[in-house]
Amino acid sequence: MSEIHELIIVGSGPAGYTAAIYAARAELNPIVYEGSVTAGGALMNTTEVENFPGFPTGIMGPDLMDNLRKQALRFGAKLVTDDIVSMKLDGEIKILEDGSGNTLQAKAVILATGSAYKEIGLPNEKRLSGRGVSWCATCDGFFFRDQEIAVVGGGDSAMEEANFLTRFASKVTVIHRRDSLRASKIMAERAMANPKIEFVWNTEVTDILGEQKVNALKLRNLVTGEESERAFSALFVAIGHTPRSELLVGAVDLDGEGYVQVEGRSTRTNLRGVFACGDLVDHTYRQAITAAGSGCQAALDAERFLATLE
Amino acid sequence: MSALTSVTAANFEAEVLKSTTPVLVDFWAEWCGPCKAVGPVLEEIAKDNGGKIKIVKLNTDDESAIAMKYGIVSIPTMNVFVNGEIVKSIVGAKPKPALLKDLAEYL
Repeated sequence: MSEIHELIIVGSGPAGYTAAIYAARAELNPIVYEGSVTAGGALMNTTEVENFPGFPTGIMGPDLMDNLRKQALRFGAKLVTDDIVSMKLDGEIKILEDGSGNTLQAKAVILATGSAYKEIGLPNEKRLSGRGVSWCATCDGFFFRDQEIAVVGGGDSAMEEANFLTRFASKVTVIHRRDSLRASKIMAERAMANPKIEFVWNTEVTDILGEQKVNALKLRNLVTGEESERAFSALFVAIGHTPRSELLVGAVDLDGEGYVQVEGRSTRTNLRGVFACGDLVDHTYRQAITAAGSGCQAALDAERFLATLE
Repeated sequence: MSALTSVTAANFEAEVLKSTTPVLVDFWAEWCGPCKAVGPVLEEIAKDNGGKIKIVKLNTDDESAIAMKYGIVSIPTMNVFVNGEIVKSIVGAKPKPALLKDLAEYL
């Protein structure tokens, strides 16, 4: 634990890898903790990314992340496929511990741990998780060939999952709490035009039924109050994300929803030498390109901070 | 290529059901991101715990009949077999410390 590193980057989505590219080019010799099973971040579980500039015909999410990773490596970033399990960030020297028991020291830290999927919060959701309740259409859709699947949610992720699932399912029913979608126009229109997708509006899922596997959902219409039960063999949950800031509670300033608070348009947290970027700070935009942009900002902010130490 | 043995319909009985040590079967597929992420973690656990637990991989695309028989609808699913019976089922990729905790009684 003798060596004091210039910069450690925690997380490896578009934000973490972009920060790594910039920091490596600034010769800060960044160490990137990619995550033991989450390396590459949320895009690793998506299919085609159509809106990342520079790829006119689209690119697969995992390929995009692999490209960013290679670009960081090219400039000498050190990538570690492990998790950071604890952080002490308030001193001049930041102390981090990884999942293999190593302790590291650094003058600056960039937090880019992204977000995790949100759960509905129903008692049977956990019990039937992996038994028909899923958060990953690209992982589990295949197992529901020719069956009826429900998707809950109304944003881009829900539309993407619904469209993807029609490759396998006989029918996909999108259940949404409101009477209109939050999704972008192109995604919404694509889902609406898909003959295999049905929409159930103003409705929430109140229970998930099934002994060994999901076999039905209890639904409630939020306008009429009417309750019903419908048979489905799977429920894919796509109701949004929460920031992965569990390790940061009490360590840096978070807002009421757990997002790391940053100063103005910068990536500076309330602690000197600690920067945050990507989905971890972003309530609003949450795109691969905005995450990458804020990762770049974090690296530049860290570089300027480190320069003041000399 | 994984260092772990692949099981198929041809050797499932011998490698898994009739094994004298506990066997963890990792149900996975090429198109599954979390499966690829957890693969190296399982390889490490296998290496560190050689004599105690055997870890094998089952490709759910190639061996869909076995996957169906065990009701796999989410991958990665990691089922531990003892004397031919499933004694533990772990669903979803997890970091090594969490997997070691889940598998503690077999290590």
